[in-house]
Amino acid sequence: MTIPAHRDLVLDVRGLRKTFHSRNGGPREALRGIGFSIERGSCLAVVGESGSGKTTAARIVAGLESATSGTVVVTDGRAGGKTRHGVQMVFQDPYGSLDPRQAVGAGLHELLKIHGMRRRADRRTRVSELLESVGLDDRHAGRYPASLSGGQRQRVAIARALALNPALLILDEAVSALDVSVQAQVLNLLADIRERTRISYLFVSHDLGVVRQVSDTCIVLRNGRLIESGPTADVLDAPRQGYTRALVDAVPRPGWRPRRRPA
Amino acid sequence: MTPAPLFRIQDLHVRLRHRGGERTLVREVSLSVRSGQSVGLVGESGSGKSVSIKAAMRLLPRGTRAEGRIAFDGGDVLTLGRRELARYRSREVALIHQDPRAHINPTRTVGAFLTEGVVHTGQMNRAEATERACALMADVGITDAARRLHQYPHQLSGGLLQRVMIVAALLPSPRLIFADEPTTALDVTVQSDVMAILLEQIRERQVSMLFVTHDLDLAAAVTDRLAVMYAGSIVETGPSAEISARPLHPYTAGLLQCRPSTAEVKRLTAIPGRPVAAHEAGTGCSFAPRCPFAVERCRAERPHDRSIEGRTVACHRVEEIADRLEERAS
Ligand SMILES: Nc1ncnc2c1ncn2[C@@H]1O[C@H](COP(=O)(O)OP(=O)(O)O)[C@@H](O)[C@H]1O
Ligand SMILES: Nc1ncnc2c1ncn2[C@@H]1O[C@H](COP(=O)(O)OP(=O)(O)O)[C@@H](O)[C@H]1O
Ligand SMILES: [Mg+2]
Ligand SMILES: [Mg+2]
Repeated sequence: MTIPAHRDLVLDVRGLRKTFHSRNGGPREALRGIGFSIERGSCLAVVGESGSGKTTAARIVAGLESATSGTVVVTDGRAGGKTRHGVQMVFQDPYGSLDPRQAVGAGLHELLKIHGMRRRADRRTRVSELLESVGLDDRHAGRYPASLSGGQRQRVAIARALALNPALLILDEAVSALDVSVQAQVLNLLADIRERTRISYLFVSHDLGVVRQVSDTCIVLRNGRLIESGPTADVLDAPRQGYTRALVDAVPRPGWRPRRRPA
Repeated sequence: MTPAPLFRIQDLHVRLRHRGGERTLVREVSLSVRSGQSVGLVGESGSGKSVSIKAAMRLLPRGTRAEGRIAFDGGDVLTLGRRELARYRSREVALIHQDPRAHINPTRTVGAFLTEGVVHTGQMNRAEATERACALMADVGITDAARRLHQYPHQLSGGLLQRVMIVAALLPSPRLIFADEPTTALDVTVQSDVMAILLEQIRERQVSMLFVTHDLDLAAAVTDRLAVMYAGSIVETGPSAEISARPLHPYTAGLLQCRPSTAEVKRLTAIPGRPVAAHEAGTGCSFAPRCPFAVERCRAERPHDRSIEGRTVACHRVEEIADRLEERAS
């Protein structure tokens, strides 16, 4: 695939392969040569059954895992009046990514300080701004993760990721564990943040309803291979692959009936 | 007169000893399942679904107390003696869990797991149990049953293991299956497969089911009736298709509206705040703090069940607002 020069890509991934070598099971090809790109300000969804390689791809883009081969190019740029650089990631379980002994506000202060925001007053303003951007306020700054609800903890995780003005925010099943009423709030919040800041998202999810709401384009993974990609509406409304069709058809909705898989 | 339901919960309260006092986990729950019927119990996390199922199986943890009446085939479950209780649990009802791996001994083979229960209770000898297990495995689409019997749980995928759990549930020929989020941990395609198999089997055998899930669309698709739970109480019950087409409780309507659709993009109508547990709810309607229709009375006074359009709805304002709850698009 050739990419026209005028496209402003925040992420360009080519020929990505990952083989895990575990002691007992032998080599496991989690990714078998996949490529995709994200235009600045847009949201790419990664879908596929569990084990298809979604998290592995996300972790490699985030720099948390090394690729066996292939290239990952992240291009910093200006969006929403800010220079944005690098990649941040939000995980499914916000417990794992928050320090239980640190109050929310103190954690944000520390993060900003480590990243060079020296003046306390500046940090204080920025912490308020960040909390507000995720629908929390200064009253939450003194709270500890354990005293927050699941939805609030996930908002804090998003605020921490946004604190560093990333060019790309990766969300790996970030709303999957939330109750549906709270999930809707966080999805609306993510849509608002993107509209306001023109930040880009790499959105990993097994939930095609969620994917339809948040993403512009999507790629479908199966056993580490990219089998279909395109604008989300096209892929979900007129899937070309039986695998994608099966994923779409399996989502419960009014009038739906469960179906046995053909043997 | 209609015959008495096979299973009935009336005015169930479950309380937990907590810091010298008591904490309510489930409040005033009533529901029934008729012979051959499937009923869905739907609610967000912490609403009391699993606690209700545990109460019905007499599996509540220490320190909890169930009050009210739970009747199975006319008998009072809460006062069953030891032997009757063992019989009730092993033959009359069966339970399928969300996470099969947490409820199966990893060091025992699938065959041992499947047969030990019915052999232990004397319902079958080992040869009969093995034969019957193989036949059931074929019914649920496990093709190489004989080989699977010698395998260990870790050698099976989640979907396959959940099908083994369906076999385990069906083996003693129970009359009622409690299924507590049996497909929540599975991929949607596997969920569809496992649900189709479960439905096929219980329909063929006229087994009743109480199906617990957080997914209202899923529940509506696989059950005859629904009970929607919020903060430890049931807020709406009625025929599944009718509830999903025209919810009458504001919480049910909210749940349907905040579910993202695969077919269209629209800003989601989120319910503000978060779901609460029974013990966190105030004196009035437990949904009032999140309800767009709440008035003073809702905050002050707990609503009783009201009958409307063949449903039971716990909302003071149901008659007034029924036509304003947005009907489900599509
Ligand atoms: N650290 C690891 N070591 C060995 N295998 C792994 C590791 N991480 C992932 N895998 C394997 O790689 C494949 C893809 O996994 P993953 O990327 O987590 O899939 P997904 O996120 O789509 O569920 C799976 O077969 C998984 O078992
Ligand atoms: N063993 C327990 N000890 C204390 N609280 C419990 C216990 N089990 C459940 N609860 C509480 O009871 C309420 C209902 O829980 P549960 O029935 O598990 O909800 P769900 O609807 O998600 O299945 C929750 O507030 C939960 O925290
Ligand atoms: Mg994953
Ligand atoms: Mg539960």
